[in-house]
Amino acid sequence: MKNFKGNVLFLDRSDINTDEIIPAKYLTEITKAALQPNLLEDLVLPGFSRADTKDKAVIVTRENFGCGSSREHAPWALEVNGINVVIAESFARIFRQNMYNCGMFAIELPKQTIDGLFQNYAGKAVTMEIDVDGNQIKIQADGKSETLAFKVGEFDQTLVKEGGWVGYADKNY
Amino acid sequence: MGKTIAEKIFDAHRVDEPFPDTHVLKLDRVFCHEITTPIAITALMARGMDRVFDPTKIKAVIDHVTPAKDSKTAEQGKILRDWARRHEIKDFFDIGKNGVCHAIFPEKGFVRPGYTIIMGDSHTCTHGAFGAFAAGIGTTDLEVGILKGVCAFHFPKTIKIVLTGQLKPGVYAKDLILFIIKELTVNGATNMVIEFTGPVVDAMSMESRMTLCNMAIEAGGTCGICYPDRITVDYLWDFIKDEFASKEDALKDYSQWVSDADAEYERVLEYNVSELQPMVTVGYKPDQVRSIAEISGTKVDQIYIGSCTNGRIEDLRIAAEVLKGKKISDNVRAIVSPATPAIYSMALTEGIIEIFQDAGFCVTNPTCGACLGMSNGVLAEGEVCASTTNRNFNGRMGKGGMVHLMSPASAAAAAITGVITNSDLFKA
Repeated sequence: MKNFKGNVLFLDRSDINTDEIIPAKYLTEITKAALQPNLLEDLVLPGFSRADTKDKAVIVTRENFGCGSSREHAPWALEVNGINVVIAESFARIFRQNMYNCGMFAIELPKQTIDGLFQNYAGKAVTMEIDVDGNQIKIQADGKSETLAFKVGEFDQTLVKEGGWVGYADKNY
Repeated sequence: MGKTIAEKIFDAHRVDEPFPDTHVLKLDRVFCHEITTPIAITALMARGMDRVFDPTKIKAVIDHVTPAKDSKTAEQGKILRDWARRHEIKDFFDIGKNGVCHAIFPEKGFVRPGYTIIMGDSHTCTHGAFGAFAAGIGTTDLEVGILKGVCAFHFPKTIKIVLTGQLKPGVYAKDLILFIIKELTVNGATNMVIEFTGPVVDAMSMESRMTLCNMAIEAGGTCGICYPDRITVDYLWDFIKDEFASKEDALKDYSQWVSDADAEYERVLEYNVSELQPMVTVGYKPDQVRSIAEISGTKVDQIYIGSCTNGRIEDLRIAAEVLKGKKISDNVRAIVSPATPAIYSMALTEGIIEIFQDAGFCVTNPTCGACLGMSNGVLAEGEVCASTTNRNFNGRMGKGGMVHLMSPASAAAAAITGVITNSDLFKA
């Protein structure tokens, strides 16, 4: 399994699309590692700079994250930057499936819970850790801790644990 | 309770349901292009699984950057080409025979009613125009598709859109789908199929239906779907005439791929579109849509006519009708990319290429290129493009560029005036 613990990057906007996560001009790369310097390069978000992605493991954002292209380069660009967890109100279908197919987490939480995360933690030094078996997010900030439950389908959880869909499918079909 | 077409296709293709709401479907087609497939190929090779489930069901094309623009894109093409040869994938369309995937695959008769289709490309939803379930997927799903001929989906609910009335002259499928995306919003159809139905769709050509279904993804939709009918059969006839005794027989067979009258829908939306105006996007989201009239006069730098949305012969004919005998503004440059070699040839024969060239357009070979800012018409910082493509995301056609999505008629009108313009101005 991948690492699901670390610092949190808050992106306070809905509809962050795949072209913002990794622009098409980098789709000519044929290694994941080559995508590392260009994550979120075209993100339209006042105050955001590329340096904000450094040393982060989790993204917390709003609605419809990852809309647009089918490019799995979007999860890969996150992965090679050490970010294996995105927590949002909702995801675009292809992006969400790509995350789980790569053994990464795309966790949906209700709007009010996401609102609370932004209110309580955005701008602070905060870490989150995903408890894969317990379906919980452990949050630590200011010496205090909080735990949030989340739901994940059996299929998605299996993909995270088995490290992806290819091995599973080859074995079963 | 009746079933939707998507349910019927799922039922006919389900090979397993390993977990609740996880439907593993047998695939009729796996489509491939040189951007998302090479990584799947190299990953399969690295796993010691360089196999394909059925070379006759895999179709591949080099379309995004063609001819190659640099060593990296040359390498992507080479990986796909070598793989197609190695596995005897006969339907591989290389430079000279290649076109935009979602235009060339239907044109070759590869899409049929009731099929399941995946491709590592979000606009795969286009093929639902034939009454197929066609979905964009990522590279990992593509790997499994290539290897095993299956793909897992959560069950998609369906939004049914009923379009009544009659489109005004100068208003096209593109205007209609922009209006629908505005109504649905960019995630209004996430995890859902969008059925396009009603007399307006019944009267549409396959080309127009493909334009509608192509942009289902811009509302988050898994697939756009139109019911197969006589127009579908006529389009496919050359490819299916050995399978059926008559067009009536084909129609009868395909009628199984129509939703039941009592099927259950997530939403049913009915629009009378008789008063619909030509539409255009503003901003960086495809649901930011206005009428052309609201932003007419907005200056543009480049016009682009092409793509899997609007690069088909019908689109070129519509644009040529506006452009005939006119010159493009001195303040713009204009590019047209016929979506396939066959479309290019038809446009040549019909004198359409000449009209474009006389007007001052650059005519490129068939390619996706400019639509996603990869080649053949990338914008400079601060430039504005009137484009018949499908995405206006920030940086889509070039870093710092602005894209206004519109119909081929509106794009042609913008080429003449150098500003966003209602094509009505140029009606005889």
